[in-house]
Amino acid sequence: MDILFEGIRQAFFLLVTFDPEVLGITWFSLKVSGTATLISVFLGMSIGTVVALTQFPGRKFVVSLINTGMALPPVVVGLFVTIFLWRNGPLGFLEILYTPAAMILAQAIIATPIVMGISLAAMQQLPKKLRLQVLGLGATRLQMVRILIREARLPLLAAVMAGFGGVISEVGASIMVGGNIKGYTRVLTTATVMETSRGNFDIAIALGLILLLFAFIINLVLTTVQQRERPR
Amino acid sequence: MKNILEARNLKTIRGGSLLVDVPGIVILEGETLSIIGPNGAGKTTLLQALSFLMKPSTGEILFRGKAVGAEQRILEYRRRLAMVFQEPLLFDTTVFGNVASGLKIRGLRGAEVRRIVEAQLERFGITPLRDRSARTLSGGEAQRVSLARAFAISPEILFLDEPFAALDPPTREAIVTDLERVLAETKTTTIMATHDRNEALRLSNRIAVMEGGRIAQVDRPAVVLNQPVDEFVASFVGMETILEGEVRDLTENAIIVRVNESEIEVAGRGNPGERMALCIRPENVTLSVPYRSARNVFRGRIMKITPLGFFLRVEISCGFPLVAYITIRGLEDLALQEGIEVSATLKASAIHAIHKDGREQANCTR
Repeated sequence: MDILFEGIRQAFFLLVTFDPEVLGITWFSLKVSGTATLISVFLGMSIGTVVALTQFPGRKFVVSLINTGMALPPVVVGLFVTIFLWRNGPLGFLEILYTPAAMILAQAIIATPIVMGISLAAMQQLPKKLRLQVLGLGATRLQMVRILIREARLPLLAAVMAGFGGVISEVGASIMVGGNIKGYTRVLTTATVMETSRGNFDIAIALGLILLLFAFIINLVLTTVQQRERPR
Repeated sequence: MKNILEARNLKTIRGGSLLVDVPGIVILEGETLSIIGPNGAGKTTLLQALSFLMKPSTGEILFRGKAVGAEQRILEYRRRLAMVFQEPLLFDTTVFGNVASGLKIRGLRGAEVRRIVEAQLERFGITPLRDRSARTLSGGEAQRVSLARAFAISPEILFLDEPFAALDPPTREAIVTDLERVLAETKTTTIMATHDRNEALRLSNRIAVMEGGRIAQVDRPAVVLNQPVDEFVASFVGMETILEGEVRDLTENAIIVRVNESEIEVAGRGNPGERMALCIRPENVTLSVPYRSARNVFRGRIMKITPLGFFLRVEISCGFPLVAYITIRGLEDLALQEGIEVSATLKASAIHAIHKDGREQANCTR
């Protein structure tokens, strides 16, 4: 038990003294996962909204595909992104394997279906007649989409948070395509894996606590959104 | 009065079934037309076709003489309408923001929006709710906001789709009263779908009765109520007794119709041998004891008494089934109960006869 308490004590010390290494890794994690989430919001929200508001043949198939994508295992994404970016792979000429760019790419691929699936559900949960009401108020199609997105703004925020939560805590893809290079591609999760394997529990616990803090904030927002009701 | 809206050869087909089939209907400027009918009759579909929220499969809609979608752009047409549904369908913002939404869609901003919104809040008595979130409103408050939002854009035609169906009776009464006043003030042309014939009677200049996607009859409320064109309309407007019979004899101003073994005198014309459906409103049947012998007085037995609020519904078997309404006081005075014998009196002039042979087609264009 000593190892645990000693670890926690030192972890707190690292956190309150703003240890430069811990801080650097945290900041870099936020940058990579934030950028990936931004890309996924752009792609996922627009496609999710279009799929939610239109009818076309094969729509059910597309929706199931998106929902399957939400459960994409990060290691599988890591595997295929590595193959694509490998020196003589199809995208090898980019020469971005083991760079932050590769990590952003892999994380965006993980987050996009999550954001898309939740956005789709958010838009579909709006009352069907709300669309008629908006058109009945004289809206153009573009105005209608804008108003509907505003109506679904909180569930859409949930989509963003879920996407971010998915990538900040994933380790498989980041370690495969990033390589956990110190000061270059090392993020909270990959660092935790490494420090744990080396027996440096104090740093591992400090990093773990920061991850937990993110998870708490994300879930706080999600819960608030879920508890909110729509007007009549 | 001028035509504001006209539909010709309107058909809406969805999933292979014909939901609305209206050869022609005209809406006059300033009138309130109610579309009544049971659930699934096509009222909502007709409303959505007329407002171009759901493009009709065939036919054309003329707004002030211009074909919508051809001579008149659909968006511009829609911007002259307002829509209120059974659900308030408010936006997730303040009451003010909701009432302002139609104006903002039209590009209005600032002081002008404020002026119009505040006038509408005042009109529907919801000024104190101005800054409340729409999520915190009661059903009645929310429906008032929905009405204020519709009137804020000064619509040329207001479409109401069962606007009061989800409200409790006192709230409904208050809102119907408000709407009645506002319609009288603004003289807005209104088309309202409802399954409540009392609401329709109260608010409308004309009533259209729908069945199976078709308009069976459209006319002034008194005509629809007292002279329904067919048995469906008759039963929907409250003719509880509908009897099949055959004309036997003619008198000076009346015909004698044979129903089962009884003969009923009916004011009106007809030819001997002609088949007829006699429609009798329960409030026009008078019950008495003891039995008197006279024309249009029938002796029968009370089969069932059902309380209906202020009235009691009495089913009588007197050679044919007959329904009468009686007040609670009347029931006590006559000491009526199930199983006893009574006589039922029908006024010849209060019976509406539907001619079943070679009947004229219902005239839907009025």
